[in-house]
Amino acid sequence: MGKIIELKKVNKWFDKFQVLKDIDLEVAPQEKIVICGPSGSGKSTLIRCINRLEEHQEGNIIVDGTELAENTKNIEKIRAEVGMVFQQFNLFPHLSILDNCTLAPIWVKKLPKKEAEEVAMKNLTRVQIDDQALKFPGQLSGGQQQRAAIARALCMEPKIMLFDEPTSALDPEMIKEVLDVMVDLAKGGMTMIVVTHEMGFAKEVADYMIFMDEGKIVERAKTKEFFENPKSDRTKLFLSQIL
Amino acid sequence: MILNNLKPTKDKINTFLPLGSIFVIFAFLDVLTNTFLNYNITGFLPKTLNYFFPLLLGYFGLYLIRIEFSGNRFLDKLNKNINSSNFNAFLTLLILFIIIKAISPLMNWLILEANFAGSSKDDCTGNGACWVFIKVWFNRLMYGLYPDVEQWRVNSAFLLLFALVGIAFFVPQKIKKYFIIFLLFVYPFIGIKLLSGGSFGLVYVETAAWGGLSLTFIISAFAILFCFPIGVFLALGRRSSLPAIRYISIGFIELWRGVPLITVLFMAAVMFPMFLPDGTFIDKLIRVLIAITLFEAAYMAEVVRGGLQALPKGQYEAAKSLGMGYWRMNVLIILPQALKLVIPGIANTLLALVKDTPLIFVVGLMELAGMIGLAKTNPKWLGMAMEGYVFAGLVFWIICYAMSRYSQNLEKKLSTER
Repeated sequence: MGKIIELKKVNKWFDKFQVLKDIDLEVAPQEKIVICGPSGSGKSTLIRCINRLEEHQEGNIIVDGTELAENTKNIEKIRAEVGMVFQQFNLFPHLSILDNCTLAPIWVKKLPKKEAEEVAMKNLTRVQIDDQALKFPGQLSGGQQQRAAIARALCMEPKIMLFDEPTSALDPEMIKEVLDVMVDLAKGGMTMIVVTHEMGFAKEVADYMIFMDEGKIVERAKTKEFFENPKSDRTKLFLSQIL
Repeated sequence: MILNNLKPTKDKINTFLPLGSIFVIFAFLDVLTNTFLNYNITGFLPKTLNYFFPLLLGYFGLYLIRIEFSGNRFLDKLNKNINSSNFNAFLTLLILFIIIKAISPLMNWLILEANFAGSSKDDCTGNGACWVFIKVWFNRLMYGLYPDVEQWRVNSAFLLLFALVGIAFFVPQKIKKYFIIFLLFVYPFIGIKLLSGGSFGLVYVETAAWGGLSLTFIISAFAILFCFPIGVFLALGRRSSLPAIRYISIGFIELWRGVPLITVLFMAAVMFPMFLPDGTFIDKLIRVLIAITLFEAAYMAEVVRGGLQALPKGQYEAAKSLGMGYWRMNVLIILPQALKLVIPGIANTLLALVKDTPLIFVVGLMELAGMIGLAKTNPKWLGMAMEGYVFAGLVFWIICYAMSRYSQNLEKKLSTER
């Protein structure tokens, strides 16, 4: 099976501090990968490198056949194929939910307005906030905002979805509604890389688990194996604390 | 014991409230009759006491009616807002009395004893303002030295502008943008042609003859129109990741911000032509317009940059992650939010711009304040500076207040907060 994302020996520094150390990662289409690890282990930085919100200094990152590098001219094209959901939602507060969803399809994908609105409503229905379409982000609850952010990313019809701790800024009772949407998305066959501490979600959808610590991938295993029979002591310790 | 009995409490409200009210009313009555009827009720008192009597009486009256939780809504409101303590009661009285005392001479000068009729300085016989001055010079104050018979051109240029702006407010959203494009890119040329003439059978009127309030409007409008986009570009440039653009922007902004406007105007009018090759000529008004525009653009840039910096990084990242490039990100996501944030700062800069226009007198151009400066030195009208500058102040205040209100409305309209 071909690889849609390939990372080879990726190294990254913030000034002198090395955040990513020799990261190797391959993701096949429709695979779901959950990355976990203690804070500061570089998991967010890793997935932010995949759509080049962060630049890596060494190694190769190849997304859908295009290598991300300094001189990548069509970085916007890659980003349009890679949806991203942020911890802080990052909806555009000056636009209604519907406009949040149609803006990029209209201006980046050059979709006619009417078509873009149809796609937006379809995705808003999918995340079950179609009744909030004309409200502004500030009028929605955290869970609704995050679902709107997922819908916004889906409207670009991405091949890959990246989730950067999507439920960490939410109240406990809102976490489920967001996770339900993500589970639904996973079952629909989307390629997903998710940074999260929601282990229940990981067990349900992940094909692979990745455990990171101090900028390195410590363990990469099939989900069942990862939870039942972790190999490294560091992973065991982490799991014992989090489960 | 006596003091205790004098303490205003709710159960004694029926005694204290009428008594206190009478004291306060009498205090105001004394001041009012004193000021407006020239009659001193308390004239029998020693002079010093007589002078401070209303203050003391009112103060005591206010003390008597300072009843907490009286149950009377009006009284509670009064006590809470202007009578909450001895010191506040004193300030309330002092300020009200000063206002009453000041209104009388002000009204006398402005209206009651002012002269409105007539056509020369000799007609001003009263003690008040000589509004005849404004009346006689009104035409010049509005149009400067623009020839009388051609003034319909100025009027029609402005009427056309106001009509277009007015219609733009009411037409449906779809046609609105064409109106705005027309206003921004086509109207200025029509306006200039109409004012300067030289073709279409219109007599040529050199810009040196332009002046008065119409020139204030022309300069303000052009400078506002152009300094805004330039300022936005400079703000973006200063935050650019390309060093060349960043340093050029910083250099430009710091250069223009560091120089007084009066120097800039002088340079534009006097020194700049010396650097031009022989035979080239740029109109003085245009040079001055460019100078003011660039000067204000530097300020505008810093205001806009404040808005750009206030936006969370997540907005940039969200825009990028949706595949937007630099321009789409800035035009669609960043600038709409940043500009909305800094509307008060933008209004501030633009108001300052309007009020800076009188400075063009240093290069011999005369807008409203400049024309007043000219009129007051006319031998037939010496000593009219006060009337002139009060009038100019009023006109500038009306313009600036209107702009300020508009900016507040805009802020409210664009708000998407809950």
